[in-house]
Amino acid sequence: MSIILLGRKIGMTQIFDGGGNLVPVTVLKLGPCKVLRHKRADGKDGYNAVVLGFEEIAPRKVIKPVAGQFAKLGTEPMKVVKEIRVEEEEFEKYPVGEDVTLQLFNRGDKVDVIGWSKGRGYQGVMKRHGFHGAPASHGAHEYKRHGGSIGNAEFPGRVVKGRKMAGQMGNERVTVLNLKVDALVPRQNLMLVKGAVPGARGGLVMVRKAVKVKKRKVRGFAAAAK
Amino acid sequence: MDQVIQQLERSQMRMDIPDFRPGDTIKVHSIVREGQRQRIQVFEGVVIRRRGAGIHETVTVRKISYAVGVEKIFPLHSPMVQKIEVVRLGKVRRAKLYYLRALRGKSARIKEKRVWEIKK
Repeated sequence: MSIILLGRKIGMTQIFDGGGNLVPVTVLKLGPCKVLRHKRADGKDGYNAVVLGFEEIAPRKVIKPVAGQFAKLGTEPMKVVKEIRVEEEEFEKYPVGEDVTLQLFNRGDKVDVIGWSKGRGYQGVMKRHGFHGAPASHGAHEYKRHGGSIGNAEFPGRVVKGRKMAGQMGNERVTVLNLKVDALVPRQNLMLVKGAVPGARGGLVMVRKAVKVKKRKVRGFAAAAK
Repeated sequence: MDQVIQQLERSQMRMDIPDFRPGDTIKVHSIVREGQRQRIQVFEGVVIRRRGAGIHETVTVRKISYAVGVEKIFPLHSPMVQKIEVVRLGKVRRAKLYYLRALRGKSARIKEKRVWEIKK
């Protein structure tokens, strides 16, 4: 797994690209993230990870046990602390105490953005899963927004797992794959990503290099030549 | 709106756009790409609407071309708009001149606004 950068969603706007097209973009403020410590597979932790801290926080706002943790690391307290699993070879790229910035990324790269979607509370089946509800006329009564039957009777005699029903909607971790980096403003730690990103403005986001970039399939003659 | 976004938008905005209002007649010189070639197309007509703000602002220009009404919407700050010229100032009493669509010929004319230049 490659490194993940922490940041905040600032909002959306549009920019003109070189061809004069208006492109919808989301502005993200990423990092700098401080490497707080390494966790090593051969050490006490049993796995390889880099611990990143993002956004300093006033020491008076931190509870004592947490303050103690940061004192041990010898850094200012951070608002967000996340562990990112890495391969062992990657440790040297992110030494403890150094900042990780969006220098990692280049214009035109594909990235994955992880965010936390806006919470919509406990929602019915129509809003949450796009069910159509029931007919409003022909004597329908108190059933307009219901989801209908949830299963059969004697067989299987239970409700199948994964049945779509009402419940909490939103406020969950959502990953958007393969967004294009449209522009970078390193001076302000800004990244402009084409398209929308989950979460509210000011929400926490995490950005990594795209992990599922489609490789072009080699077909026919070229494949045979290989 | 967030200051960062405002700043980003402002950096993209063009400062060379002349002052004009609905009712004015303008010439829009836009860059048209045809395959590899590119040329400049001039569209002259009456401004019937300006909408949006900042980088998102657009202008709708209407003209009668071979007896057919044609409207074109230009993003004001687009790099594809090479130049905008104000040809004539019109005197109108509304911000959106949709009523022009129903009018033809003589009744679709717009009175010219007289501007007295202050001589120094």
